[in-house]
Amino acid sequence: MVKQQQNNEQQSHWPLQIFETLKEAEISQISYVPDAGHAELIKFCDADNRIKTTRLTTEEEGVAMALGAWLGGERSALLMQSSGVGNCINMFSIIQETRSPMLILVTMRGEWGEFNPWQLPMGQGTAKSLEDAGLIVYRVETAEELGETIFAASQIAFNSYRAVAVLIGQRIIGFKDWRK
Amino acid sequence: MEVAKKITLNRRKVTAQVLRDRGEALFVTGLGSTTWDAAAAGDHPNNFYLWGGMGGATMTGLGLARAQPGRRVIVLTGDGEMLMGIGSLATIAVAKPGNLSVCVIDNQHYGETGMQETHTGHGVDLAGMASAAGFKQSMTVWTAEALEEAITLLYDAEGPVFIAVKVTTERVPMVLPIRDGTAIRARFRQAVLGDRAFD
Repeated sequence: MVKQQQNNEQQSHWPLQIFETLKEAEISQISYVPDAGHAELIKFCDADNRIKTTRLTTEEEGVAMALGAWLGGERSALLMQSSGVGNCINMFSIIQETRSPMLILVTMRGEWGEFNPWQLPMGQGTAKSLEDAGLIVYRVETAEELGETIFAASQIAFNSYRAVAVLIGQRIIGFKDWRK
Repeated sequence: MEVAKKITLNRRKVTAQVLRDRGEALFVTGLGSTTWDAAAAGDHPNNFYLWGGMGGATMTGLGLARAQPGRRVIVLTGDGEMLMGIGSLATIAVAKPGNLSVCVIDNQHYGETGMQETHTGHGVDLAGMASAAGFKQSMTVWTAEALEEAITLLYDAEGPVFIAVKVTTERVPMVLPIRDGTAIRARFRQAVLGDRAFD
């Protein structure tokens, strides 16, 4: 019971942990298509005047924006749900061909305990799609590993000039309760 | 819907005129004819040429404009490329970059794939869409006189600025800039950032 409570506390703080990690990694631009899993993080970013946030109409806009930010000397991160990964595939080519860094944080749907079957086709193909597009992919399944993994991913991205995606498991985000 | 008018402007002359007084402005060119147009007007390290990523030119411009708020950023792209990223007009209008201008060289056709028609020859008014999204300045150019006014807006007006220039479909010689993406990126970053480009 006590252990369960500790887990819940860690779970509830994970968006703040991501936010602090992004600041530590000197990210100054954040673009996103909203996802429930990123809701808290988006609020933190919007409230911080040292981070420029951009709301997108579709995820591939954020891929092109990451290139533009890098051309202008800034580090950026792109937030999306796993369904958005499919929207990005061709746009990844401009990151890969220019060998520019990109950091994407993907909140997963269509896996752990999913209720909506329409989420499954993209959710189950997310990691493979990213890998096929040439991105380096990290998966995180527990809240404790999030900060460290995202920081490591940011170092690969901006110090080794690579496109990296961190997939945040649905197990961390929790079940979407459809009875509410 | 706009009343159809006679199109007389030549894309290469328009592009050369836009780039003539470029000063310190940074340019992003879209796949594909506008990249060849910019090359024909004279290669420059402050040109970032996109050879792919159709639909991504305006958003590349937005990321750059937000990172370099002290520099004017001008996106030169075609009507087909703009249509593929049409949602970006809403994103840019909401982001309100004061230093970003978009100039669409609109020949109403897909030039790289066999000159099939685009929507802009069938009533779709890109400048109207930009204006409705909330761009600060927006106009469609049909004449040489209007082009002069539009170029002033591109460089000097508070952004975001949107200009569509209607151009003919007459054939122009192929002029290709460097195409190695890593080279284009490295050269552009060095021009913008100096030694910091290689940190």
